[in-house]
Amino acid sequence: MPFLRVLLVRVLTTAVTLAGVAVIVFVVIRVVPGNPIAMMLPPGATAADIARLTAMYGLDKSIPEQFAIWLAGVFRGDFGVSISARQPVLDLVLGRLPATLELSVLALVMAVGLGGFAALTGTRARGTRTEAAIDVANGMALSVPDFLWGLALILVFGVLWPVFHISGRVTPSLDLPFVSEFYLVESLLRLRLDLTADLLAHMFLPALALAIPLAAIIGQLLKQSLKETMHLDYVTLARTKGYSEAAVIRREALPNAILPTLTLVGVQFTFLIGGTVIIERLFSYEGLGNMAIDAVVNRDLPLIQGIVILFAAIFTAVNLTVDLCYAALNPRLRHG
Amino acid sequence: MADRIGDGRGQVRRRAGARLWLSAVWLGLLVLGALLAPWIAPKDPLAQDLFLGRLPPFWLAGAEPGYWLGTDSLGRDVASRILHGARVALTVALVAGSVTCVIGATLGLLAGVLRGWVDLVISRLIDIWMAFPPILFSILLIAVLGPGLWSIIIAIVVIDWTRFARVIRAEAMAQGAMDYVASAEVAGRGLASTMWAEILPNVLPTIVVLLTLEMGIAVIVEAILSFVNLSISTDDPTWGGMIAEGRTSIHQAWWVLVFPLFTLFLTVLAFSQLGEGLKDHYDPVLR
Repeated sequence: MPFLRVLLVRVLTTAVTLAGVAVIVFVVIRVVPGNPIAMMLPPGATAADIARLTAMYGLDKSIPEQFAIWLAGVFRGDFGVSISARQPVLDLVLGRLPATLELSVLALVMAVGLGGFAALTGTRARGTRTEAAIDVANGMALSVPDFLWGLALILVFGVLWPVFHISGRVTPSLDLPFVSEFYLVESLLRLRLDLTADLLAHMFLPALALAIPLAAIIGQLLKQSLKETMHLDYVTLARTKGYSEAAVIRREALPNAILPTLTLVGVQFTFLIGGTVIIERLFSYEGLGNMAIDAVVNRDLPLIQGIVILFAAIFTAVNLTVDLCYAALNPRLRHG
Repeated sequence: MADRIGDGRGQVRRRAGARLWLSAVWLGLLVLGALLAPWIAPKDPLAQDLFLGRLPPFWLAGAEPGYWLGTDSLGRDVASRILHGARVALTVALVAGSVTCVIGATLGLLAGVLRGWVDLVISRLIDIWMAFPPILFSILLIAVLGPGLWSIIIAIVVIDWTRFARVIRAEAMAQGAMDYVASAEVAGRGLASTMWAEILPNVLPTIVVLLTLEMGIAVIVEAILSFVNLSISTDDPTWGGMIAEGRTSIHQAWWVLVFPLFTLFLTVLAFSQLGEGLKDHYDPVLR
């Protein structure tokens, strides 16, 4: 079974990748100058106090020993205790993950919508000025990264025409009835559409900033594959049968052109998730990325470690899913 | 039909040419501005004057002569700070870009040409690197290395070498499968000599394009690191630092954010359009 073999190889390489990430982060953050323990204690703490706390966090052992202890903990679901918040890393990280996931998925939806719209409009308007304008807009969107789009959006929709919120996740004065951290999902489930509107007004700009570069990539690739499909015989046949141009694109060309784009979206989605780190900072959005930067600034080693590993796990999981879907859909791999 | 194709090519080529020239002119001006900053900057970029804080740009009421683009909350001249900030931005672009290019392309060539365990090790390293969120990784590295120009450059090299290695590895493999490489081997050339004399010249256009794009990325990374206040010391003017300050006083003094942001925008756009333009220029189908 070649498919099973592909699966096995991919799962194994994923494990190797994650182990590699863990080792590198572990080594890198343990050469950080500045003693995080000394920063925790009030001034006037004695050397004995510092030594006791250092031992409590296991920071007095050698790096390989620390790694072994940490790894054993990870297998029990214990990622250590945050030095700055003094809470288990896993709780902190899982508390912030939903905010980042909601933002990323919203951005992905917006990117697919915008990119799809650009591609369909561009294909319908082949050879006109509209298509040329879409190409130029795509090129611009692609060359400028999310960080700059975020700042530009803050200027336009936060200052010049303040219709959206430019910081935070939700208006702080609101009374939130939520039991989970998935605010957006829960507000929809509870039919509290007033809260949904407030959440979306906060999430719109950061999500758009993340979406613009990805939308450009989707728009470009989908338009290219659509244009190729439009020359195929069966599309011409549909056209001679009297279907309108819009119907031909939607019903005949699109289903055939969409596969390469889907594969690309999977891979690009990991870049989008990586982009949340700086975008969350820019919009003071209380997600994982914002917490990560605080952790670096506070030299909170266990927390940094947990967040980086979680990001890496998400990245590899997305890539693995894409690869496996591709392998499952690709008949050449299915039949060896 | 043949005419239409010909026209299309000409159009693409003209557009590519315009992009190349516009980008080159902007970057040229920027280099000139950065080199001459100490002489042409209207004011001292570090000089503070609290009585001249948040002066608007010259066309608005309340502007002071000499402060063309206004001042920030500490009364420092925005125009002079942008000019001096260009020195940091371009130094990072040039040095980080070229070092990343040399290291990444070398590793990619080695993996693509030698194959075997060398390729295995390098490919696995690339996989591991791709699993790191790049911005977070760079912030982490700066925290470890301490702030400073060299830390930024090292962080960019350490993170971005995979951009070159991945692409050049694939290109080198494709080139290695071609007949001319086999004939070079038959003619008795060694592997190192084949790599240097046969494969490298053929992947050079790709390397040049990637290098241009990388310079744009380096400028952005420097700005992001300055923005989270981890770049070089807080005194030296950087575009990212100016943007961070502008973000906090956006409702009182929009110009502190707008001008450095616009400069950064144009610069990043110029690098990437230069790269795209070069890509089209080297594309044999369009020539």
